[in-house]
This record gives sequence, structure tokens and C-alpha cells, in this order.
Amino acid sequence: MKILNILLSAFRALQRNKMRSFLTMLGIIIGVGAVIAMLAIGQGAEYSVKEQIAALGTNVLMVYPGAQQQAGVRTAAGSAVTLTEDDALAISRECPAVKYLSPGSGAGGQVIAGNLNWSTGIQGVGSDYLEIRLWPVEYGDFFTDQDVKAAAKVCVLGRTVADNLFPETSAVEQTVRIRNVPFKVVGVLTKKGQNANGQDQDDLILAPYSTVIRRLTHWPNLRSILISANSLNEMATAQKQVTEVLRMRHKIQPYDADDFTVRNQTDLAATATATTEILTILLASIASVSLLVGGIGIMNIMLVSVTERTREIGIRMSIGARSRDILTQFLIEALVLSLLGGITGIILGTVGSSVISKIAKWPTIITPFSVFLSFGFSIAIGIFFGFYPARKAAMLNPIDALRYE
Amino acid sequence: MIHEITTTPAQKDGLLIQIDHLSKVYQLGEVDVHALRGVSVNVSPGEFVAIMGASGSGKSTFMNILGCLDKPTKGGYFLEGIDVSKLTRDELAAIRNLKIGFVFQGFNLLSRTSALENVELPLFYCSISNKLRKSKAIAAIERVGLGDRVHHYPNQLSGGQQQRVAIARALVNDPSIILADEPTGNLDSRTSVEVMGIFQELNSNGITVILVTHEPDIAQFAKRHIVFRDGKIKSDKINPNPKIASEILSELPMIDEEEEAA
Repeated sequence: MKILNILLSAFRALQRNKMRSFLTMLGIIIGVGAVIAMLAIGQGAEYSVKEQIAALGTNVLMVYPGAQQQAGVRTAAGSAVTLTEDDALAISRECPAVKYLSPGSGAGGQVIAGNLNWSTGIQGVGSDYLEIRLWPVEYGDFFTDQDVKAAAKVCVLGRTVADNLFPETSAVEQTVRIRNVPFKVVGVLTKKGQNANGQDQDDLILAPYSTVIRRLTHWPNLRSILISANSLNEMATAQKQVTEVLRMRHKIQPYDADDFTVRNQTDLAATATATTEILTILLASIASVSLLVGGIGIMNIMLVSVTERTREIGIRMSIGARSRDILTQFLIEALVLSLLGGITGIILGTVGSSVISKIAKWPTIITPFSVFLSFGFSIAIGIFFGFYPARKAAMLNPIDALRYE
Repeated sequence: MIHEITTTPAQKDGLLIQIDHLSKVYQLGEVDVHALRGVSVNVSPGEFVAIMGASGSGKSTFMNILGCLDKPTKGGYFLEGIDVSKLTRDELAAIRNLKIGFVFQGFNLLSRTSALENVELPLFYCSISNKLRKSKAIAAIERVGLGDRVHHYPNQLSGGQQQRVAIARALVNDPSIILADEPTGNLDSRTSVEVMGIFQELNSNGITVILVTHEPDIAQFAKRHIVFRDGKIKSDKINPNPKIASEILSELPMIDEEEEAA
């Protein structure tokens, strides 16, 4: 029997019991839909975590001044006056695994341009800051090493600041007044959007750290040092070198604690990614259980169908159907059920996950992998759960099947 | 065994069916039921045989073995020279498909499947093009006089018409034998005669017809009578004056047909 003819007769057999076929398929539809949606949610979460970490820059280490310890009483991290410009210079000089380095200081304040004003954070950074954060300038240029050395009164605006202070004109070459100190705008950053916590990452002004220290904060110490290693593999080396240099410079005894903290972004990234991967696997396995239940539903209905159609099987055998013809017929019916269910489930899961991402504001991603997985799964379920009933039908004795009432 | 015959069919020229000491034992729990106890029959091509006997005489078992639906416990069955008792399940299926056409008492048509599709069914199980399949099926339906009911469903057809569809299905693959198991059992007397008329016509065109019936009236249309009793052949006689269905039909009143149509 030709495959097309078998397919046609399978469709017809399923059409005869529309409600029953639909309910059987519903098990697979829900199963596949759930797998698709759960994978989409999990992979969406994984993606957004990776995205957030990438937004911090790659291969990035952050050095913060540590908590001050005096006679066993520790104050808040960063309260100690431990990280200086000289420390930063020493790191860039003595640590071969460090590629870029940007000392950081910061201030907040009102920024005025013409008759407009805006309240934002002013970050003092080094000239390599954008290299570390992988953040290009959209208009104009970033300030140079020369500007940093000279503590030049130049700045680069984040997109939000530029839009608010210069809504109609180009910000580049204009002057802004930060705490009454005039700064020349040399560039505007590209838009970066919100971070994971919903903060606007474009609401900031970057200026040379030396200028911020001298003109704005009047406080000589650094708030942080941002470092990027040569490569992901050299992160650990870089971290070790930085720690050694700083311990030496701060004259810390071998058994004493660091008075600074080195934070590693990749540790954070690995943990977060692993967590979301586990989440994905967990969600998908729960969803697969419903797919399995759907498969059992198919098997159940196919068994009922074989019993109901015993006489038909007998007739077919009496006019020359071989066992394998009967086997193929019932297997194809099971396969058609599971495949139709699978395809509908994929559509439903896709629609469902986009609804979820709209309502819950949770990113969802449907990868070809998850579609193929569910598709393959439903084929496998059709064959696996269809085989036993089909075999039962094929093994019937023609004469018994014919006489079955 | 005295009568052990090992002759190959080639030696017994021209026989369609050659059956030697066929026996069939069913095991019902602990009890052995002897349905057939050593039956030997030969049938030549072109015969019209009626197999008769009371229920339990073994005639249906015999028919099922003839039709390759069941296997004998002992004895030989050669169909056109092929030793059927040695064939596998699939080979038996091929024999049923190509050499045998079945007609049952209960018609055994697939419901919710048109007359055409029912008749096409045997052709699905042998390799044939879709176009040829359709034309062969239509030809078979026209041969039984239902050319205007090709797309009707079984529930839209009368009993006689359904049986004709079943005969068309039996015919469609040009079989050597048509086996009919109580083909008129569910039909009224006039329709029964009509159906017998079709069998007689097919027989006159050279098709061998073997028919199981317990109605002596129906058996009168056959050319040879084999009577079974207790799993053995009681008598095997030639019917010297078979009734001619077309003649009887012209004498019968037409009332039934009109009522059926109404």
C-alpha cells in the first residue's frame, strides 16, 4: 500500500471520530506547547542573564577599597581610604595580564546647559573606560589620555543626559556646567538602555577621573578601579597579579586580610548561567511529563480503536492485507495524531510564550533546537506509543478478527 | 496411512483445488474439537460447487481453510499447484489478495466508505497504479450492475446492493475462485435469486464459484453438491439440472423490488 494512500485513509479514520481524535491530540498539544513555552522562558532567562553580564564588559575585574578595620570594628566596604591613583598606575605597570585599566571616581550633581538642567551622576573614569565596557561613542570622540593627565574639563554625555540638555541641537562642542564648573562636551555615547534592575544606563556623564577628583569631589582617593584582562583565560592570573601588587603596596602582612576587594564578573556570569540552565532543564522536564501523559493517551485511544475495528482488520486481512500493512496503517494513524498534535503544540507554545513575555515582561526565546526537539519528541511518542496497539492489530488471526462481534 | 498421496499438482493436471485428507482440530481448553476429519476433494476450474450441511458439520471450517484464512491441522491443500499449508502469513495474504475473492453472509463492507472505495480495497494491497485501480474497480461495480451507485455508502444501499458491492470487491482482482459463505443468508428470496444470478453469470464466464449454504433452494443453482456431516463428506454429487436464476427471476413478482425502492 502506498504511503500517500495510507496517509489518506489514516486521516479519514481519524476524521470519523473527530472529538476523540481532537481530545487525544490535545494531550500532545498541551505537552508540546508546554515544552516549547518552558524552554522559551528558560532560554529567555538565560539570554537576559548573559546579556546583562555582557553589558558589564567582558573579562572585567573590579577593585573596590575594602572595609576599614580598626581594633576589630569593621566599617562599610569602601569607607577606607585605600585605593589611590598610584595604585592604579602600579597595576597597569606591573600586571602583564591586565589589558585595560580605568580608575574610577564619582560625584552627583546638577548639570546645567543653557536654560535647561538635569540631575545625574558624574563618573570619573580613565581613557580606556569604554574599551572595558565595550561601549562605543555615537557622536564626537571620547577624551584622551592627554585629557586625563591634564585633568581637562571635558566630558562625554550619556544619551539620556544629551537628550534632556540638548533636545534640539547636537551636544558635541557645547558646554555644560557641572556644579558650576564648565565642561566641554566632546562626545555622546550610544544608547545602552535599561539594566537588569531597570536603571537607565544612559543617564550619566563621563569625565576624566583626575578632573572629577580635582574639580568636583576634592577627595583624592579612587572609588574603584575597573580592569579588563587580556582574555577570559587570563582572568584568574590578572586577579592574582592585581591582588599581589595591591597587598605589596598596602604593606599587608601575609596572614592579614586584604583591605580591598577584587570582584570577578565571570564567576557571577557562570553562576547565573548555570542557575538559569538548571531552571530551563527543570521547566522542560516538568513539561515533558505532560508530553508523556499525552503519549499514553494516544496509546489508550489506539488500543480502543484496534478493538473497535477488529472486524475491519479481519475484512482487510481477508482481502489480502499483510500483517505489515495493518501495522503500518495503525502506526501511521498514531503518528498522524501525534504529529498534528505536535505541530499545533509548537504553534500554541510559540503564541503562548510571546503572550507570557508580553504580560510578565519576561524575555522568551524560541530556538530551532526547541522546535526540533518537540517535533522529534512527538514523532518518537507517536511511534513508541502507537507501536504496541498497531502490533496487536497486525498479529490478529484473520479468522478470529472476521468473526469478532 | 493408506491414502497418503504425495502427487504434485503437476501430475494431476488441470486441478484448481486439490485437498488430501484434510483435518482440523480446535483446542477448546482441555477438549479437542474435530471440525474436519480427513476430507479429500478436487475441484476443477469453472465448477460451481455448493457446500451444504447442518451447522457444526464442518463446512465453514472447510471454507475458511479453502480461503486461506485458517490453516489445516493435517493434510494437504494445493491451490493451483501451490502447497498452501507450507506458506507463511504474508504469502497467504498474497494468495487471498490475488487468487481468492470472498463474499460473506454479512457483506462485510467497510462502513462510511463508498462502494468504489470498498471495491478498490483489495487493489491497495497489491502494486497497481492509482489510475488502473480506479478503472478496475469501476469495471467490477458495473459488472454487478451497480454502475449508478458507485459513490453511495453501504448505509445508502439495500442488502442486495451491498452484497453486489461485496461481489464486485471479490471480483476486482480477477481471482481464480470466488468463495461465498452463506451469501444469501441475510437477503429476501427475490434478492437471493438475483445474487445467485450474478454468481451463475460469473461462472458462465469461467470463474470457479464455491458457495456454502444450508438452504437447499439456493444450492439448486450450483452444478455440484458436496454435503458435509460431522467433519466428513457425506455425499459429493453432480446436480444434473441446475436452476437458472434469470428464468426464475422473470417469473417472480416485482413487488419486493418496488417496496425496497420506496
